[in-house]
Amino acid sequence: MSQPFRTEKGGRIDRGAQLSFNFDGETLQGHKGDTLASALLANGIHLVGRSFKYHRPRGILTAGSEEPNALVGIYRQGDQTPNMRATQVELYEGLEAISQNRFPSLGFDIGAVNDLMSPLFPAGFYYKTFMWPKAFWDRVYEPIIRAAAGLGKPPKNPDHDKYANLYAHCDVLVVGSGPAGLAAALAAAETGARVILCDEQAEFGGSLLSEDGATIDGKAASEWVAETIAALEAKDHVTLLPRTTAFGYFAQNYVALAERVTEHLSDPDPKLPRERLWQLRAKEVVIAAGAIERPMVFPENDRPGILVADAGRTYLNRYGVKVGHKVLVATACDTAWQAAFDLADHGTEVVAIADLRHNPPENLIAIAEARGIRVERGCVITGTNGRKRVSGALLGRVSPNGAVSSAGEVTCDAILMSGGWTPTVSLYSQSRGKVVWKEDMGAFVPGLHVQNERSAGACHGVYGLTETLADGYAAGEDAAKAAIGKTAKLTYATASGADAGTGGTLGDLPHDRNASRVKAFVDYQNDVTAKDVKLAVREGMHSIEHIKRYTTTGMATDQGRLSNMNALQIASTALAKPLTDVGLTTFRQPFTPTTFGTFASTSRGDFFDPVRKTPSHDWAVAQGAAFEDVGQWKRAWYFPKDGEDMHAAVARECAVARESVGLFDASTLGKIEVVGPDAAEFLERMYTNPWKKLAPGRCRYGLMLNDAGFVIDDGVVGRMAEDRFHVTTTTGGAAHVFATMEDYLQTEWPDLDVWITSTTEEFAVAAVQGPKAREVIAPFVEGIDLSADAFPHMSVATGTFCGVPCRLFRISFTGELGFEINVPRRHGKMVWETLAKEIEKHNGVPYGTETMHVLRAEKGFIIVGQETDGTVTPDDLNMNWAIGKKKADFVGKRGLARPDLVAEGRKQLVGLLTEDPKVVLEEGAQITKDANPATGTPAEGHVTSSYHSPAAGRSIALAIVKNGRALMGETLNVPMPDGAIPVEVVEPIFYDKEGARLNV
Amino acid sequence: MSDLLASEIYAPDAAETPLLAIAGVSVLKAAPVTRLSFRGREKARVAAGKAFGADLPVIAMTATVSGNRVAQWMGPDEWTLLAPETDLSSVWERLEGALSAEPHALVDISDRQLAILVSGEKAAWLLNSGVPIDLHESALPVGTVTRTLYHKVPVVLWRIGPDTFVVEAWVSFMDYVSGLLVQAAEELKAA
Repeated sequence: MSQPFRTEKGGRIDRGAQLSFNFDGETLQGHKGDTLASALLANGIHLVGRSFKYHRPRGILTAGSEEPNALVGIYRQGDQTPNMRATQVELYEGLEAISQNRFPSLGFDIGAVNDLMSPLFPAGFYYKTFMWPKAFWDRVYEPIIRAAAGLGKPPKNPDHDKYANLYAHCDVLVVGSGPAGLAAALAAAETGARVILCDEQAEFGGSLLSEDGATIDGKAASEWVAETIAALEAKDHVTLLPRTTAFGYFAQNYVALAERVTEHLSDPDPKLPRERLWQLRAKEVVIAAGAIERPMVFPENDRPGILVADAGRTYLNRYGVKVGHKVLVATACDTAWQAAFDLADHGTEVVAIADLRHNPPENLIAIAEARGIRVERGCVITGTNGRKRVSGALLGRVSPNGAVSSAGEVTCDAILMSGGWTPTVSLYSQSRGKVVWKEDMGAFVPGLHVQNERSAGACHGVYGLTETLADGYAAGEDAAKAAIGKTAKLTYATASGADAGTGGTLGDLPHDRNASRVKAFVDYQNDVTAKDVKLAVREGMHSIEHIKRYTTTGMATDQGRLSNMNALQIASTALAKPLTDVGLTTFRQPFTPTTFGTFASTSRGDFFDPVRKTPSHDWAVAQGAAFEDVGQWKRAWYFPKDGEDMHAAVARECAVARESVGLFDASTLGKIEVVGPDAAEFLERMYTNPWKKLAPGRCRYGLMLNDAGFVIDDGVVGRMAEDRFHVTTTTGGAAHVFATMEDYLQTEWPDLDVWITSTTEEFAVAAVQGPKAREVIAPFVEGIDLSADAFPHMSVATGTFCGVPCRLFRISFTGELGFEINVPRRHGKMVWETLAKEIEKHNGVPYGTETMHVLRAEKGFIIVGQETDGTVTPDDLNMNWAIGKKKADFVGKRGLARPDLVAEGRKQLVGLLTEDPKVVLEEGAQITKDANPATGTPAEGHVTSSYHSPAAGRSIALAIVKNGRALMGETLNVPMPDGAIPVEVVEPIFYDKEGARLNV
Repeated sequence: MSDLLASEIYAPDAAETPLLAIAGVSVLKAAPVTRLSFRGREKARVAAGKAFGADLPVIAMTATVSGNRVAQWMGPDEWTLLAPETDLSSVWERLEGALSAEPHALVDISDRQLAILVSGEKAAWLLNSGVPIDLHESALPVGTVTRTLYHKVPVVLWRIGPDTFVVEAWVSFMDYVSGLLVQAAEELKAA
């Protein structure tokens, strides 16, 4: 039989469009316009999952995003997305869903034994059990708990979907499209303000979509919705975003929205993103998030077939689905009566309306009696029957003193319950506003505003359709006026029907059962019962923050939207303190679960971070180079030949560079053009070195400190002219050095006539290093005399190279004769390829960053960030020579005089040689005096650089060691897991100590 | 594109294939231009404007266009001067000649950055896939030039028409910018 619980007519589903879908292997039918939940209910399926802790059978409880039970896995293109709320999943042809947290099947679940053993799992049982023996925690308890925890299974494959990002701005953001939201959007849009209206549901209209009885301006509510949407759509300055959840409200009215673009489509175009993250900056926000209905806390209130009353009404009026054939309605407020009436009018038998109140409104009783519905006053449910579907309920009569006596039993296949309404204050709370308690409503409502927002409608504590519309219009007008200073008074629509009701209850309900044996659920998703909350209070948890963490109530994905108020009341009663003294937890982002894909949006794969490439990149790729990441740069690491490993390639590159010539791409080094009459003065202050006497055409190595006196960067600076310097920085330090310089210029020395400009990417830089370097470049250089006398080490000149403008530096980071050729970036590829060909004539090689590291280490040249770690001074590096002693001041000079920087016993740069020349130390390894130091002995220092050195014919290492300069020739130890490695402390230079190879 | 600002400066590079050309939006590489960074104080600014042939603006986020000369405000003491590629040395010499007595910094940054032209009715939407600022014409009128971000990298954005923008980024960042733009535009091709 097809869809036995579908009504004959009515609802917003497309009865002409039948859809097949699959749930746990069974093929079922539904209609376009259904959610998975409504389609399952149409087929009479309430049991959709097992609960988190006790594995109790659970059914669909709500019709909205607050759904705690109906969490399913959805299969799509071979992958499964877990924990989707069936109440939000739109039905499409071929949809495949599975239930969760059950084994082997939903009907028979082994984990359900937990329900029988529940006395073993009271609140806080994690903290009470598994404590002994201690060693069992890691190996036994935790793995078992972890395996049992969680609901759905995480997907195993990389997410094949695409996610998009969009920044947007608007004058007025309206969140929620119920009556208040639509009225607010209309009012704001009328002024010409740029309005965005978003709603988490597929269709705009909110509660109006299931409001069959009411009329607005004399029209059916749904008709008014359609006209309103059409009016909004017609305006260019209005953006309508269905299926879009405002999930995060951050500072300065920055609101994050998740738009589900293709989730509802059977066969989405792969060009479309699955979801889009909207990063929205709204001048003003109207929150029209509505309210949700509270479940009633009575024993066994969690059986499949028990729903909140308004969900029953929504399924009936919006989806054309009856939740049962024999329905019991239990309530403490008026609104649930309307659900009973609507069901009765659709031919469902309403077995009774049990109202907790002794005196529900007489007009409601009259309507019920006219329909022949049995009304029980002062009546509660004291228990329910049925395992996988509710089959009946025990009723109890509540006497005025609170005692409960049996009022018989009823047979039913569904129960609708209503404990009243809770305004959805989540977004308001996220905006950092503090809610205030309204005693007359029994609800928290928004209080003072921290940001530019206002709430409207039910989330504002305003009920009744006419009142809600008026509140919405007023909020929209107010928001537009605040945003753009304009008003446009609309005639407020008025409604009849859907009046504000009365009533409501909080906390657990009285019953005549053994309180220690029954489970009355407060938080369905986390399986927290009224008993658990009371136990937490007995065990000393007196703040809601403690009770929440001890019991996990309110910690499920709905963040307690369904459970908080009941839990609070139970705690308040148990503590005999006013509810407001127990406190309310803060709602946090995200409002509903949001996919990681949406958060990451485009930051994945090739676009996770910018990948910066040098002009020689493509050439190096073609040569088979291995690359390493240096910050965002891809740099050639080494160039393996004929199956060489890294060690062999680097050894060859090092040897050739020293014997003949090597070619290295130095384009990534930071470059800053410092220009102006005060350029030399500025550099005097920024660097430790003196600059004023540096002649144009000459270079100097510069060392930069921070205020504290620690080395933060270094590089060669060339003086291009009296008032122009070409400064180089480390690759990683480029942005920071530039920002630091600009900062000093703007804030400390605005009087200096000097300005800086980044030229890092203006120039491509090819370094040619080795004895043959001059011969290699000579054929291409014009306008510069390359002879040793005319162009000695540490010179710079402008000329042309291959006919293009060039700044030629004679500098060396290898200890060999070396040149760095700076050309405009567009010519970098041509120059590189020319040089790569030319070095072949001299049996030269291209080399990568690893060889660069080895060659400089052989010479004892430091690398900032490797030999330094932010706590190293020039003296620690034996670089006092780089400090201009006569200078009045420079950044870090004062810091260098600090007592701890001049004290004895600082760590100093040294070289280390292992006893066994083949042993290469591990970089970062600790250095001690003893081979087997006692635990807790502080290290003397650590290894900063370590390589096999072809030039030295053995391993070499640099290290910083306490009092290192005084330890030359002594033996220290590098303790390793396989035993300590003895090392000799030596000068930190391993090749050409005299520098003879430079000056050729 | 003749009704656009700077039509004499920015033109699609004829030698390059379009990065993106679909209904609603195109992304084209611009042909090379001369770019000079000019920094200095008020007197230098005035003198530079005269020598350059386009005043250096003092109003934030604006640009002066005069024939094939463009001066973009980059900060209170910083401007980017644009001229045709072949005018580099003549512009340089005129400026340095006129400013010999006035402290200033003139630096050639022609090769530092690349420009792309993003045009079409979806151009603003496409740019907002990574540009966090408001690109509505009421907030960013034609002629506005600003530094901003495209996702994680700094860019200079200049609106040269209601639906046309120049995006400049440092050379090594341009693959990231254009790659993400093309990726974001993919959904426009959906049926």
